[in-house]
Amino acid sequence: MTAFVFIFKFMDVKTMLKKEGEIRIPSGCAISGLISKKGKNICGDKVVESMTVMHERSNGLGGGFAGYGIYPQYKDLYALHIFYDNMRCREECEKFIDEVFEVVNLSKIPTRKTPKITNEPLIWRYFVAPAHNRLVDSQLDEKEYIARAVLRINRDLNGCYVFSSGKNMGVFKAVGYPEDVGEFYRLDEYEGYSWTGHGRYPTNTPGWWGGAHPFSLLDYSIVHNGEISSYDANRRFIEMFGYTCTLQTDTEVITYIFDYLLRRQKMTLEEAASVIAAPFWSVIDTMPPEERQKLSFLRNTFGSLLVTGPFSILLGYEGGLMALNDRLKLRSMVCAEKDDMVYFASEECAIRVMEPNPDRIWAPRGGEPVIANLEGGLS
Amino acid sequence: MKIDCTGKKYDILNREIAALEGDITLDNCCGQRFIAAGASNKTLTINGIPGNALGAYLDGAEIIVRGNVQDATGDTMNDGKIIINGSCGDAVGYAMRGGKIFVRGDVGYRAGIHMKSYKEKVPVLVIGGKCGSFLGEYQAGGVIIALGLGYDDKDVLDSFCATGMHGGKIFIRTNELNAKITPQICVTTASDDDIAQIAPFIKEFCKCFGIPEADVYNKNFQVLSPNSSNPYKQLYVQN
Repeated sequence: MTAFVFIFKFMDVKTMLKKEGEIRIPSGCAISGLISKKGKNICGDKVVESMTVMHERSNGLGGGFAGYGIYPQYKDLYALHIFYDNMRCREECEKFIDEVFEVVNLSKIPTRKTPKITNEPLIWRYFVAPAHNRLVDSQLDEKEYIARAVLRINRDLNGCYVFSSGKNMGVFKAVGYPEDVGEFYRLDEYEGYSWTGHGRYPTNTPGWWGGAHPFSLLDYSIVHNGEISSYDANRRFIEMFGYTCTLQTDTEVITYIFDYLLRRQKMTLEEAASVIAAPFWSVIDTMPPEERQKLSFLRNTFGSLLVTGPFSILLGYEGGLMALNDRLKLRSMVCAEKDDMVYFASEECAIRVMEPNPDRIWAPRGGEPVIANLEGGLS
Repeated sequence: MKIDCTGKKYDILNREIAALEGDITLDNCCGQRFIAAGASNKTLTINGIPGNALGAYLDGAEIIVRGNVQDATGDTMNDGKIIINGSCGDAVGYAMRGGKIFVRGDVGYRAGIHMKSYKEKVPVLVIGGKCGSFLGEYQAGGVIIALGLGYDDKDVLDSFCATGMHGGKIFIRTNELNAKITPQICVTTASDDDIAQIAPFIKEFCKCFGIPEADVYNKNFQVLSPNSSNPYKQLYVQN
């Protein structure tokens, strides 16, 4: 019954063309990812193909991908991918961009016309460095400077949305089924060492281009299947640190939590995972003293960043991927390995499409992070 | 009768299966959902990876899977048999009310969640390997047997087994139960009567997978059942 109510609500929303953040509709989704630990180039069509067999997990209201190592010719610059509602928004945003960045290259992101993807915004890409004097004046480190500029555009400039802002990586997303989104963005023409993909089945928000996954800030990107129940608690905490959650979607807040814990608190991935999917106190009680002390500290200090409710996520970052489930494992996640390749997906079939005969295939436990890094780090 | 599933949508595939009787083999299966949902009069052999909700509402048909299966296999199945040579995703036997599921390998989280029974309808889930957390969560009836073949006793069960269980029985093949079990559950070592109850299922399981029965009976079984003297009055699980 509720499902019908949601559908009707959603139909209303679509006809009024509301955006994320303007309405909340109380997700089944599909996620997939792969990485070559030796840093070999993988064509973008591979991850797109794996999403195709999980078609039923999406409903055509959002699909997207993140690729790492895809801009080697600009690997020291930040690649900003931006949606604009119209040319006026673009002009306004470019004024701001020219003030705070040095733009080395700009262009429309190449797309392929397909009848399955319509109503696209203007989609632009800028390879930038921070404007030197502004950066020095700001007394911020480079990444913080970039993050603040991105958050400022997303918060203050209407009709402009930066959906990707990392180095040597890029997010590509749209309203549509993931396989159509992959075709639209011509992902078969990109190569990178790791990829993540997402098919969306929005239940909380209406399905706008900016609301598709992955969500990203700097080089962190998140694809997420689930429906977290701690959104407001997490949001209230993270907004104290300068992040503005503009879209009411749980994935946005998870992205900011990772940025906060990893970049600003300098935690390891494992520590960040044990904040977000903290073990139960009853489990912590059974741990050896040193571990118990550490995990109690993390739970007590960052209690507001505990993410509850079902989720399975893939975090992409420069040099690796991490998979994480909620501690009760209320969403599925399968991992596999073959030689230097590591695969992740919501369903085993999506892995078998990429690698029919993995050396090992397993389902991680709830709250247990699975981390795959480039051997020898970033070159 | 053979069906090649390559590139076939789940609804088209299921319509083809529904129109057939007798022995059917599916080749190159890859993620198609709801295979044989509600089926009664056929035997299905599956090569590849069937999608979620394999054999949901199954009503007498037999399904043999050569490899692994995904989530919610045998969801609410009523009768028949599902034989899985590999391992299972989460929630195998979800709300099962009759029939049998035999899994050669491991099962994910929440196997046998909310199984139930009524009079002669007693569902049976036999797991050859190890089990994820929440095995038999909210179990209301039926029999779950976890054999842990090839694993140490301590690895057969994960956390929160039998949480919210209020009917049926769970048999764990282990000399000593290492997992923490809530006080709402009674744990006893299997009596001769208990063993007699599961012997036919063990026999059938061993026959399915060519395992000598002696390899199963070389350890004791621990039996989990609801503790009627300690009713539920507290939280389901402490956060």
